[in-house]
Amino acid sequence: MTPLQTEHRTDAEPLLALEDVRTHFRTERGMVRAVDGVSLTLKRGRALGIVGESGSGKTVLSRTIMGLLPSTAEVTGSIRYSGEELVGRGRSTMRPYWGREMSMVFQNPMVSLNPVMKVGEQIAEPLRLHLGMSRADARATAVRLLTDVRIPEPERRIGQYPHELSGGMRQRVMIAIALACGPSLLFADEPTTALDVTVQAQILELVAEQRRDRNMSVVLVTHDLGVVAGHTDEIAVMYGGKLVETAPTDVLFSEMRMPYTMSLLRSIPRLDDPSHTRLPVISGRPPDLVDPPAGCRFAPRCAYARERCHVEEPPLVSTSHPEHLYACWYPVGSAEFAERDAELRAAGDVRVSISGSGGS
Amino acid sequence: MSAPHLRDRDDLVLRVEDLVVEFPAGRGRKVHAVSGVDFDLARGETLGIVGESGCGKSTTGRAIMQMPAPTGGRVEFEGLNLVGLAKRDLRAARTRIQMIFQDPISSLNPRRKVWDSVADPLRIWKRGSEAEIAETVDRVLESVGIDPIRARESRPHEFSGGQCQRISIARALVLDPAVIICDEPVSALDVSVQAQVLNLLEDLKAEFGLTMMFIAHDLAVVKNVSDRVAVMYLGRICEIADSDDLYARPAHPYTRVLLDSIPVPDPTVTPTHVDLEGELPSPMSPPPGCRFNTRCSSADERCRSEVPEMRSIGDGHYVACHHPLVTPVTIGQFV
Repeated sequence: MTPLQTEHRTDAEPLLALEDVRTHFRTERGMVRAVDGVSLTLKRGRALGIVGESGSGKTVLSRTIMGLLPSTAEVTGSIRYSGEELVGRGRSTMRPYWGREMSMVFQNPMVSLNPVMKVGEQIAEPLRLHLGMSRADARATAVRLLTDVRIPEPERRIGQYPHELSGGMRQRVMIAIALACGPSLLFADEPTTALDVTVQAQILELVAEQRRDRNMSVVLVTHDLGVVAGHTDEIAVMYGGKLVETAPTDVLFSEMRMPYTMSLLRSIPRLDDPSHTRLPVISGRPPDLVDPPAGCRFAPRCAYARERCHVEEPPLVSTSHPEHLYACWYPVGSAEFAERDAELRAAGDVRVSISGSGGS
Repeated sequence: MSAPHLRDRDDLVLRVEDLVVEFPAGRGRKVHAVSGVDFDLARGETLGIVGESGCGKSTTGRAIMQMPAPTGGRVEFEGLNLVGLAKRDLRAARTRIQMIFQDPISSLNPRRKVWDSVADPLRIWKRGSEAEIAETVDRVLESVGIDPIRARESRPHEFSGGQCQRISIARALVLDPAVIICDEPVSALDVSVQAQVLNLLEDLKAEFGLTMMFIAHDLAVVKNVSDRVAVMYLGRICEIADSDDLYARPAHPYTRVLLDSIPVPDPTVTPTHVDLEGELPSPMSPPPGCRFNTRCSSADERCRSEVPEMRSIGDGHYVACHHPLVTPVTIGQFV
């Protein structure tokens, strides 16, 4: 790929454009609003991180785009992929997109791989099914894919079963399967959560490398802001089924506005803090999506919430940077935020404390 | 094997010497899960044990509890060697050491009200009347932030993962143990809940005067709660030091690799290329010499034949490496 080609394709219309996407599930308890009005776009070749806690809707959103939802789901809004509308399609009309256009790497390779099928056959299957390759061609391509994902001795590995591989190698096989048909969009849903740190670093490096080589777009779904910081161009933070802040990665970290994003970042233990540093916490739990709170959904847990936050829902507004959107009445940097922050710090509130305590 | 990092102090609660755990793997082969591990734990201290899957960190924790009993070595706890102890004495000793596991929901009985799960250890050991037990259970549940009234009416599935971990912690605390072994207690939790549980463990340590072993794969988490940290690789300790010192001057190439692998939540920091070759060797046939030699960029002939001994690099910091990243202190130089 020459730089010129890359530029040309990047400037084209967005690969993915979501408009007010809602995914609701019918349950005995009522309607679960798992995704509740999300709009975003993703350009070709870019990496987007979708960040949030369990229950924020991040996984459901990626499955909504892929069309991988159970029949209890109701999807409204618009999802345009390369200009084509995906909402309303059934499995049969979504199938041409799977593998060739978009594919997914799941969290747990031990569950996602077929334990009684050789690794090589599992990689060859989509090649034969989606691309109509011959058995011999598919086998040769499988070997090349395993080489691409840095699996040593690929000729021997294709004849092995998943249990004969280490956790890191299995995840590489999952990536090889996802890449097999040359998709333009790769979803990676917590691809490294079950892996060790050294393997995680290698897998993230591998995904980044494949993205560059193939000019592929990547959606990295994770609860860990550390993982997305070094490996994405843009970040979308989700809370309670909604997008609460979105920005180019460097802008988000340098100018975050949403108190939720800030709290999420602060609750991660950092290596450069001395041991026994007290971690600021987000008290309480994510909202019940059957009956979400009125106003801002984060307000019940937010140390900076005021009366208005519990009543009126804040819209997504942009900062001076047009691609930076946030939904908060009293964002980080506002006078009200600074005033409350000073009060909380003076009171030693657990939600903001950053100085050390405890220790021996 | 010499273990210069074992301390000579009066306040040691636990002293583990030359711990070996091997499992039969059929056809006369053995899995060398833990191969000669030494460490000690002083009263009120938290020792972090960090390493990746298969390094033997969880097996070490379980071998202290004698579940299963180690193949060799000593586990000295409150003046007793737990290895080879009579069953009755071992049961009594186990009440003084408690464990907390990774998956909080599956480590609680799904059919029992969580209040009863917390009360059971006291009932089994007949620690007081039912009224006294109730008082202890309520008090401990409150100190971990669980409403005792709700605990009486609810089963584990009615609580979140973080709440179940709090309940597991309460169950470990009711017998007033001297040592708590936490095996990956926060790795199944969201970052926000993880922070709550880590803070809780620190508070409880102060409130109950606990001594803890904290086993985890996440170095940042381990650093946050530990006073001392031991790094394990393939059944051996490769480095042990005070928490802040280990991170300030890692001496073992493997520790360096682990530190470089941690994603930094800051986009201005370019992710470090992780300098680690190949895969973890099989614990059934660990490499001779230094066990890290097959993946280490500075390994030479000596590393492939001679097992490196623990050496001091000063300030209670020890490393088992022929080519440490920090120069060792020669005998006599270090006071």
